Amino acid sequence: MAAMAAAMAAALPGAGGRFRWRIGAAAAAAAAAGGVRGAARRAAAGRQNYDLLVIGGGSGGLACAKEAAQLGKKVAVVDYVEPSPRGTRWGLGGTCVNVGCIPKKLMHQAALLGGMVRDAPHYGWALQPVPHNWTTMAEAVQNHVKSLNWGHRVQLQDRKVMYFNIKASFVDAHTICGVSKGGKETLLSAEHIVIATGGRPRYPTHIEGALEYGITSDDLFWLKESPGKTLVVGASYVALECAGFLTGLGLDTTVMIRSIPLRGFDQQMSSLVTEYMASQGTRFLRGCTPSRVRRLPDGQLQVTWEDLSSGKEDMGTFNTVLWAIGRIPETRSLNLEKAGVHTSPTSQKILVDAQETTSVPHIYAIGDVAEGRPELTPTAIMAGKLLAQRLCGQSSDVMDYDNVPTTVFTPLEYGCVGLSEEEAVARHGEEHVEVYHAYYKPLEFTVAERDASQCYIKMVCLQKPPQLVLGLHFLGPNAGEVTQGFALGIK
Amino acid sequence: MRVRDDRSAQGRGGSGSPRAQVHGTAGSQGRTCAAAAGGVTGEPTPIASRETHCHLVAGLRNARWDPPQWTSPKQQNGPTRGSATLLGYTAKAGSDTAALAQPPPPPPPRAPTSPGSVKVGAVPNRRLGSVRGVPVSSPPGRRARLSYPGTGRSSSEAREELRRRLMGLIEGNRVMIFSKSYCPHSARIKDLFSSLGVECNILELDQVDDGANVQEVLSEITNQRTVPNIFVNKVHMGGCDRTFQAHQSGLLQKLLQEDSAYEYDLIVIGGGSGGLACAQEAAILGKKVMVLDFVVPTPQGTSWGLGGTCVNVGCVPKKLMHQAALLGQALKDSRKFGWEYSHQVKHNWETMIEAIQNHIGSLNWGYRLSLREKAVTYVNSYGEFVEHHKIKATNRKGQETYYTAGKFVLATGQRPRYLGIPGDKEYCITSDDLFSLPYCPGKTLVVGASYVALECGGFLAGIGLDVTIMVRSVLLRGFDQEMAEKVASYMEQHGVKFLRKFVPVMVQQLEKGSPGKLKVVAKSTEGPETIEEIYNTVLLAIGRASCTRRIGLEKIGVKVNEKSGKIPVNDAEQTNVPYVYAVGDILEGKLELTPIAIQAGKLLARRLFAGSLEKCDYVNVPTTVFAPLEYGCCGLSEEKAIEVHKKENLEVYHTFFWPLEWTVAGRDNNTCYAKIICNKFDNDRVIGFHVLGPNAGEITQGFAAAMKCGLTKQQLDDTIGIHPTCGEVFTTLEITKSSGLDITQKGC
Repeated sequence: MAAMAAAMAAALPGAGGRFRWRIGAAAAAAAAAGGVRGAARRAAAGRQNYDLLVIGGGSGGLACAKEAAQLGKKVAVVDYVEPSPRGTRWGLGGTCVNVGCIPKKLMHQAALLGGMVRDAPHYGWALQPVPHNWTTMAEAVQNHVKSLNWGHRVQLQDRKVMYFNIKASFVDAHTICGVSKGGKETLLSAEHIVIATGGRPRYPTHIEGALEYGITSDDLFWLKESPGKTLVVGASYVALECAGFLTGLGLDTTVMIRSIPLRGFDQQMSSLVTEYMASQGTRFLRGCTPSRVRRLPDGQLQVTWEDLSSGKEDMGTFNTVLWAIGRIPETRSLNLEKAGVHTSPTSQKILVDAQETTSVPHIYAIGDVAEGRPELTPTAIMAGKLLAQRLCGQSSDVMDYDNVPTTVFTPLEYGCVGLSEEEAVARHGEEHVEVYHAYYKPLEFTVAERDASQCYIKMVCLQKPPQLVLGLHFLGPNAGEVTQGFALGIK
Repeated sequence: MRVRDDRSAQGRGGSGSPRAQVHGTAGSQGRTCAAAAGGVTGEPTPIASRETHCHLVAGLRNARWDPPQWTSPKQQNGPTRGSATLLGYTAKAGSDTAALAQPPPPPPPRAPTSPGSVKVGAVPNRRLGSVRGVPVSSPPGRRARLSYPGTGRSSSEAREELRRRLMGLIEGNRVMIFSKSYCPHSARIKDLFSSLGVECNILELDQVDDGANVQEVLSEITNQRTVPNIFVNKVHMGGCDRTFQAHQSGLLQKLLQEDSAYEYDLIVIGGGSGGLACAQEAAILGKKVMVLDFVVPTPQGTSWGLGGTCVNVGCVPKKLMHQAALLGQALKDSRKFGWEYSHQVKHNWETMIEAIQNHIGSLNWGYRLSLREKAVTYVNSYGEFVEHHKIKATNRKGQETYYTAGKFVLATGQRPRYLGIPGDKEYCITSDDLFSLPYCPGKTLVVGASYVALECGGFLAGIGLDVTIMVRSVLLRGFDQEMAEKVASYMEQHGVKFLRKFVPVMVQQLEKGSPGKLKVVAKSTEGPETIEEIYNTVLLAIGRASCTRRIGLEKIGVKVNEKSGKIPVNDAEQTNVPYVYAVGDILEGKLELTPIAIQAGKLLARRLFAGSLEKCDYVNVPTTVFAPLEYGCCGLSEEKAIEVHKKENLEVYHTFFWPLEWTVAGRDNNTCYAKIICNKFDNDRVIGFHVLGPNAGEITQGFAAAMKCGLTKQQLDDTIGIHPTCGEVFTTLEITKSSGLDITQKGC
């Protein structure tokens, strides 16, 4: 294993996309730890001054940095990807580009193409069932992601934003100390600091073998080899999306859900989403929670779980166990207390006001790391841009986080904007809410003899004329494209 | 092919608002719900809906809604018809004399303004139920407006319209009562009719916005100021006392039993999208309706079933063949995404045609069934006017039958044109033949530059055929020309050959066969140059001619545009002959789109028979050209916008975009294109929306809805994108055309 990892690392020098096993990761972690101690010593290094310093080179941070630089500010971005427990790391661009929306949508597309390959014979294409090659897909997806990493570097350069590949922690309210991979320290200070460090997948560390044998979405998109028979643990959209495309690529996939799928989304829609997935071959283990993961001599993973309703234990073997049980904000290594930035004791997210300001007036937080914000790329981007405009005195507009449209790219896509039916009822009372809905069959499904039992649309409105639309929910092909325009109407 | 909607909107008891749909998109279905297919109240009706093709079914789900007075159309339909028949409402077949004896009825409400919606009185009333039933299945937010639609109208005009409208109600209802909800005399009258088991329409003057005006106009008509004011079979009965007297003397019963002058309330000529929508809606409203539909076979002998162009030889098969071509592209992409197969995948035409024709067959059947359920009489005969209110129906065997009706709707649609050159009708095919062609067309010449030409040429090339498109002058006339050129340039890059500025002059058969071999001689439009080439198939897509010439319109004096064959109508789809209306592709100056025809047909029926006021809105109708790279648009083309608003008042934002799915597939960057045209002096309102890219239909639908709501650039900017989609590109448009900045995408 280690030899293989080393070979891979050697084959892929430079920007992102390295996949290392634990040896490499441990080494990097040790280096990082040394670096923090170094910062504490406050070596009298030459300090660099900026108008704006952005910590985190993800969607929100980059948008904010580029906008501020465009408006004439002296801007620096510091970005550092702590390798995942399995040693996966990547380049500039944050979660969305590297281990989120982009690779996810591409793998979703690969799975959709599988469906089209199956449809094709109905439309006259003489084609036998064809197998899928993970390696080909992964390489294509990873190459695209790397080109995006490169694109972000170029864009920063074009806009004269200084970029540091260092891991940042606060020294005081205006200064951060950054440690490079090699342990070199840099001190940066700025008038304004934006924290946009995002989040990372959570591991159920209390479960035996979870950290050792499981992977997360941080690793999945960078796997060189097919994950094989996979157990996805979790009920988040990440869990369902990953399980969806794995099934679509022909892998034996099981989703283990403790309670309800897609919490926070409309529950009727969510049950239709899982119903469709089940019809496509994804297995669901509901009301179950894993208790341990062990590695069998043949390399397979043996997972033991408890059925919460019966209390019984059950067991299964898988090639891969993917944890998708939630994400934790990247705030712990920032030394926020040095700057006086407050976080929520429960979520560890940074507390912000409507202006994205933290407890320290010149320090801001945007994106997934900020408390109470939707964890979505486009909101982070817009919040970052608007923040930069406010900081540069260009505008006083604040970000409107209401009625943000989103789409879950499960095999049957689910697009929504506004309130779920439950939320609408909770806010306005059942007697004041009216729901219009319909099942439909996409024309393309007819000839392909596809089952459209879950193609469904729902509009949640106020009962009282003019029946203001509170929420729109669309389940079907191309839900993302369909929802976008309608989102304007709700807005 | 026309971009038309079909059944989806049939069943759409949905929003009465005149928004058209981009047909064949899932988004379009989002706007539809079927009053027809049940599920008006109560739980979802998946089973009913799933059986009916791409229609959205089911309406309102709300168990909380108290339904007693709001009977569902289904419930109304049976009983209402039943009671009407019981009372001798149906006329005897062939009652020509009655028709002759009656003068043509006065013009129905032309531009109806409102005395308000008809309200339900205390008396259970089925007919009314049907009037009320409309909102049940349609989002109530979209109900017919209750007040005057035009505000700037002078009072005398408004008064005249109100008068017409009241006459319409009086003439359109067997029993019409103008009353007040609290009036005890009115209540007695309602009880009387209720005890007689007679359905009546009631307008409660105290519950409408302009009750006072209504009362005034009524007094002008009847010389009676008081309520109730009662009409039976168009005869003014008077008030409460006089009606009770008439009841005692038997006059009332006599009036009630008088036969209707015509066999049918409505005859619709043409069983396409518009005609069927109108007929079904009228039937739901309790009217006796007939549909005449007859498909004259093409010169090649092709004919088809009920449903009109869209279902049989238009949108539906077109989109399915487009899908077949897209799947071909998907197969190519799929290798890049890891799907492994080595062999060359071939396309089998026969398999595709069979699957598509099976689907169409099921749709034809669905229409028949749906007409039967609604008790619409369907006659598979060719309709031709012989005199006022009377039509001759000739069936396939040449048998003639005559029918009469009070009102007629023309919905005969259009058929493809021929060139008028040697060999065209003998050897060429049109879109009427292509979708059921039993053999693969092989090397094909498509003649024309319409969207039909580009769509057909596009999917034929997409399934691997050698395709040439011969274009006389401009592509996609009437569409944004920049977009049109981009559509064609994508096609050219993907193997379609274009022969510009040539017209065929002769088609000659060299070899018979399936397909045979045809020699085409074409001549340059700019000089003496001629070219010759051999093709297996020549498909003409040079435009469509309205089917208005041989339906006896001259016998009753309906005006037809001599040149175009189209029928001029007012904004209520009424022809110059007051009892004759027209919907769909044959209307002069209107759009040739399925969803528009459906909307117009449905609203027309509601205006004719349910006292509705709502007219079809032909503005900002979205449409999509399903060329290999789809082109969706809504609002004005850039050319039209400049013509209307002047270039200096406009700002055009545009960008190329690279769909994420295309990146890995290695497909062309800087091909997909988004453009909006804003009016600088109207708050940067978006007056033109154009998108060229995958799923353009799905993208356009929602933005069209937003444009109806008065979309501005600022609102677009304030909207959060859905990542990663193509549609999100419209939320981040920054570069104006006037700036001249580069819009090519580099890398990401």
